[in-house]
Amino acid sequence: MQLKEVLDKYPQSEDYLIEILMDYQKHKMHHDLTEEELKTIAKHLDIKESRVSSVVTFYSLFSLEPKGRHVIQVCHDVPCHVNNQTAVLNTLKTMLNIDVGQTTDDEMFTLEYTSCLGACDKAPVMRIGEKTFMNLTSNKVKAIIAEYRGRKHA
Amino acid sequence: MINLKINGIDVEAKEGSTVLDAAKEYGFDIPTLCYYPDLRINSDCRVCSVEVAGSNHLMTACSTPVKEGMEVKTNTSKVYNARKTITELILANHDTNCTTCARNLNCELQDLANTLGIEENRFEKVLEMDAVDDHNPSIYRNPNRCIKCGRCIEVCKDVEGTYVLENQGRSNEVKVAPKYGKYLSEEDCTFCGQCASVCPVAAITEKDDTQRVFDAINNPNKHVIVQVAPAIRVAIGEEFGHKSGGQWTGQLITALKRLGFDRVFDTDFTADLTIIEEGHELLERVKTGGTLPMMTSCCPGWINYAEQQHPDMLEHLSTCKSPQQMFGALAKTYYAQSSGIDPSDMYVVSIMPCTAKKYEAGREEMQSNEGMQDVDAVLTTRELAKMIRSQGINFNNLKDGEFDTPFGITTGAAAIFGATGGVMEAALRTVSEVVNEKPLEKIEFEDVRGFDGIKEATVELGGNPVKVAVAHTLKHAETLISEVKAGKSDYAFIEVMTCPGGCIGGGGQPYGTTNKKRIERIESTYRVDDSMPVRKSHENPTIQKLYDDFLEKPLGKKSHNLLHTHYHPRHKKV
Amino acid sequence: MPEQKMLTKRIGDINPLSIKDALEKGTYKQLEKALKMNRIDLIDEVEKANLRGRGGAGFPMHIKMMSTAKQESTPKYVVCNADEGEPGNFKDRYLMENDPHIILEGILIAAYATGASKGYFYIRGEYNQAISIMKWAIEEAKENGLLGTGIQGSDFDFDIEIRTGAGSYVVGEEFAMIESIEGKSGRTRVKPPFPTDEGVFGKPTLLNNVETYCNLPFIVDMGGENYSKIGTKTSTGTKLISLSGNVTNPGVYEVPFGTTVREVIEDLGGGVPNEHKIKMVQLGGACGPIIPEFMLDLQIDFERFEEFESKTGAGAIIVMDERQDLFEVLMRIVKFFQHESCGRCTPCREGHVHLEKLVHSFFKGDGNPNELYSLESLARVMHHSSLCGLGQSSPISIISSLSYFRDAFHDRMAFGGGEK
Repeated sequence: MQLKEVLDKYPQSEDYLIEILMDYQKHKMHHDLTEEELKTIAKHLDIKESRVSSVVTFYSLFSLEPKGRHVIQVCHDVPCHVNNQTAVLNTLKTMLNIDVGQTTDDEMFTLEYTSCLGACDKAPVMRIGEKTFMNLTSNKVKAIIAEYRGRKHA
Repeated sequence: MINLKINGIDVEAKEGSTVLDAAKEYGFDIPTLCYYPDLRINSDCRVCSVEVAGSNHLMTACSTPVKEGMEVKTNTSKVYNARKTITELILANHDTNCTTCARNLNCELQDLANTLGIEENRFEKVLEMDAVDDHNPSIYRNPNRCIKCGRCIEVCKDVEGTYVLENQGRSNEVKVAPKYGKYLSEEDCTFCGQCASVCPVAAITEKDDTQRVFDAINNPNKHVIVQVAPAIRVAIGEEFGHKSGGQWTGQLITALKRLGFDRVFDTDFTADLTIIEEGHELLERVKTGGTLPMMTSCCPGWINYAEQQHPDMLEHLSTCKSPQQMFGALAKTYYAQSSGIDPSDMYVVSIMPCTAKKYEAGREEMQSNEGMQDVDAVLTTRELAKMIRSQGINFNNLKDGEFDTPFGITTGAAAIFGATGGVMEAALRTVSEVVNEKPLEKIEFEDVRGFDGIKEATVELGGNPVKVAVAHTLKHAETLISEVKAGKSDYAFIEVMTCPGGCIGGGGQPYGTTNKKRIERIESTYRVDDSMPVRKSHENPTIQKLYDDFLEKPLGKKSHNLLHTHYHPRHKKV
Repeated sequence: MPEQKMLTKRIGDINPLSIKDALEKGTYKQLEKALKMNRIDLIDEVEKANLRGRGGAGFPMHIKMMSTAKQESTPKYVVCNADEGEPGNFKDRYLMENDPHIILEGILIAAYATGASKGYFYIRGEYNQAISIMKWAIEEAKENGLLGTGIQGSDFDFDIEIRTGAGSYVVGEEFAMIESIEGKSGRTRVKPPFPTDEGVFGKPTLLNNVETYCNLPFIVDMGGENYSKIGTKTSTGTKLISLSGNVTNPGVYEVPFGTTVREVIEDLGGGVPNEHKIKMVQLGGACGPIIPEFMLDLQIDFERFEEFESKTGAGAIIVMDERQDLFEVLMRIVKFFQHESCGRCTPCREGHVHLEKLVHSFFKGDGNPNELYSLESLARVMHHSSLCGLGQSSPISIISSLSYFRDAFHDRMAFGGGEK
C-alpha cells in the first residue's frame, strides 16, 4: 500500500500519528519506516520531525531497521517462563540458526522478544506477524516454522 | 495565604506557590536538579523529593502546590536516602571525569553530589560512551555527560519553539538529541545556545575557542583586536561573584588589555552605524515601496531561523550586517588602511553574549577581503571569564580602562541594543529625527521596552502614524511572521531577537541566567543609556567622521559592499 | 467459594460478533434505563455501589465521575483503558473478545453520567483480535443507533473511536495514555492537574479500565445498594482474576471480593498439576508482591492488598511451583520493567538497570551483604520516589521477596553470606 493511500484514510490531525505509523508499517514487506517516509508523514500532519522521531523510537512496535518478512516474537515474561518457554525459544534459535534480535540470511524471519501477549492461560506463546500461537511445544514450533518456510515458494 | 507546616514550623505561603518556594522562604533549602526557574516544571529528576504527611510516596517539592494544613518534611532519613540514591544513579551513568570537564567546579551535578556528601557510589558504572557532536562552529554536545534533566528540550520547544532537541527512545536508552540522533548541523538548529545556557552539566556547551584566541595573542606577528558587545558589560561581573544588575565596562576593558589584546574596541560603535544604515534602509523601503515590514538582521539565531523556516520571507530582512560583522568589515578595511596594517596580519576577536555569533562569523558572505573572514574568533561571556581567570587576572580589583579609538566613541542608543526593543528604540530615535527634522521631545520609547513577548508601538513619522513591533524568542517571532504571511500585519518595522530578553539573555551569558536576572540586566542597560552624553546614533561624532572620511553616505556604494549582505534559503538535508 | 459470574455470565452464550444477539440477551437495556435517570442520581448509585477501579489502583469510580461531571469545560472525553499489558493479565482481552457490547454499554452509561460526548477506546497494538472485534462492535452499535446522535431516542450524543497502542506498557498509566491518544510518546505528565480536570487535549477526561466500565450496567440494573452487598464491606462487587502459571486450569475467573487466593488456585484452578507443590505466587501481575504458599489464605480485597504497600493490580494470580527459581523470576520481572520504563524520571530510568545487576548477582550465587543492602535500599527508593505507577510498583516483587524469601537471598551469597 502506498503511503498516500494510508494518509488519505485518516483525518489530517496530529493525534492520528501513531495510527498512521502502525497502519503503514504493517503494509511494508520489511516492517520498517524510513526517514523519508516519516518526513512525508510529519509534513502531512504539520508536526515537527523531531516529534515523529521521538514517537517512532519510543514505541517498540516501530522499527527504523528493515526486518525479515515474518517477525517472530516470543514472550518471555513470567507465566510463559514457568511454562517452559526456554525450550520453545531454543528450538526457534536452532531451527532458524539465529539469535534473538537477528534476521535470517534469506530475510525470511526475524526473531525477537515481545512483552506479554495476554494469553498467559495458554503459555508459552509467540506471535508471527499478527497471528498468535499458543500452548507451544518444541514440536509445535517446528511444524509452524516448516509451514511458514513452505509458503516461501507459494 | 495558605498555612502549612514545614519540618514542624508553621509556614505561610502564597496560594499557587510550590512547596519548594515556601520552604525556601523559610530557610529550608531543598536541593534541585532538573528544576529551572522560568521553564515548565517536569519534576523528572526527583531530587527535590520531600515527605508529605498522608502519602507513603515522596513528592517533588518543585511540582507540589502548597495546600492548607499540609505537613511537609524536607530532611528525614527517607528523603535523604532517596536524594542520595537518585544522585548516585545519575553519577553511575555520567562521565565523571570532572577535573577535565568544562564545568568543573561550576556544575550543578557536582554541587549536588557534594551537598549530599556522596563520597562513593554504591552503583556500578553503566555509562556506554557515545560520540560527541562537534560538527558545527557554535554548540558542542557531549551525550556522555547528559543527565536527561530535560531543560534543553523545554527551552528548545517551549521557549524558542524550534523543536530540535527531543527525547529519543525510551527506558535507560533514552537520549536527548535531534531526530534520529543526527548532528545539530544537519538540523534546523539556530545555534542560539539557550540549551547550553540551561544545561546543568557540560552536556551542551559553546564550542570553546579560547585556545585559538590565546594562540593569536601569543603570536607576535598578529595585531589582535577585540570588540565587546553591549550585553557583555552588564553581565560579566556575575562571573566574578557580583549580583546581576550592575555594569562593569571599565573593568572589562582593563581585563581585555591585560589579556594582551592590542586594541580594545566597542561593538556599540557599529551598533550606531547599524542604526544609520538600517534607519535609512527603512526610509528607503517606505519611500520606494520596498518590502515591508522590514525585519531586523542583527540577531544571527533569527537569521538562521528565517533562512531555515521561512525562505519566502528573506526579502523582509534588512540587508544590514549585524554590528559584529560591520565591525569586522571595517576593522579589516578602514582600520587596517588607516593604521597601515595588512589585514592578513590582523586577528579580530569578538566578545559576544551569543553562540550563534560563532556561526555568523564563519559565513562565507562575511569576507571583505577575499578568502579572509572579517571576524576570526568569537568568544562568549563565559569563555572570556574563563580566560580572565586562567591568566590570574583579579577582575574585581581592576581599575577602569577606556576603549581605544576610533571604535570607542558610542552612544546610549547603541548601549540598549542588548535589550529586547533596544534596536527598535535606537532606530526610532534616529528615524524620527531624520524624518521629522526636529529633536525628539522625549527620547525614550517606553512602548517597546519591557519583557512582554510581543510589544508594539505607533510612532509619528512625517505626519503619518507608523506601526512597529518587537518580538523576543523565536516562538513569539513566529506569531508575528504568521500575521505577516496572512496579510494581517500592518507593521512597517519589526525587531526580532532570538533569546529571551534580547542579547542580555543570550545563550553565551553567565550560567544561572533567569528572567529575573534578564530584567535586572535590562534595567542596567537603560542606566548605561541614561548616563551617556550622546544618546542618538546619528549624533555620534565618530560615525559622522567615518562617513566623511570613508563610507561617504548611508546606503552608498561602500556601505553596500562592506555593511550589507544577503541571505539564502537553506535546503534541509534528510 | 465458587465463581460468581456477573460480568462474564453471558460469555460462551453470546455471539461477540452479533449485536442482534447481544440485544436479544439484554445488552443496552441498562443504558436505556440510565438515560432516563438524572445524571447525578446515576453517579450517586455508583457511589452507593462503592465501585472501585479494576485496572490496578482501585480509585473510587464515583469520585472520578463526579469530578468530570461537574467540569464546565467541553467537550468531555471518556477513555477506556484496554492497554492490558502487564504479564499475567488477560481478563480485558477475554472481555473484549467475548462480550464487546457489555463494555460499550458501560462506557455509554459513564459518558451519559459525566456529560462526555466523545470516547477513545485504547487497545494495545498486540491485541489484533480484540481490536477487530471491538471495531466491528462499534460499527454495529453505530448502525443500531447506539452511538452517534440522539442515542436510543434521547438527547444524548456520543461517539467513540479505537486507538491502538504501538508497543508500550507504560501507556497503561493514565497520563501516558492521554499523551498517546494525542499522538505522542507515552510519557506521563506532572499531576496535578488530574485527567478529570485536564485530560485528552486539555479537556475533562474520565479514564477507566475495561472491567470497571463493565460493572456500570449491573449497578444500574440492581441499584447501588444491592450491588454493594456483593463482595466484602470495603471491596464490593466481583473481580475478574487472570489465573496462570503452574496451575491445572489456567484462565479467567470471576469471583466476589473476599475470595481467598487459595480458593482461586485450588477450587477453581484445580491446583498445581503433576504433584508439584506451590512455592510462590505473584499477585496482581508483574508489579505485584510475590508471596509464599503459607499466605495464600489472603483475601482478594483492596484493603488487604494495601498492607503490602501494593494495589490489587488488575487481578492476576501467577502460580509458581517448587521447580521455579525466585531469582530467575525476579530477573524476568525487572527486565520487563526496565524495557518498559518511559525513561523520564531518574529512579525508574536508571534504577532498573541496577536492580537487574543486583538481582543477577544473587541469581549467579555471587551476592554479598552490601549488595543485599543496596538492592533493598534501591527498591524502596524507586517505590517511594518514582514519578508514575510503573516505577512505584515495579520493585514490589523485590520488596516482597526480601520480606518473605529473605533466606533465599542469603543462600545465594558467595561464601554462604555474612549477615544471617
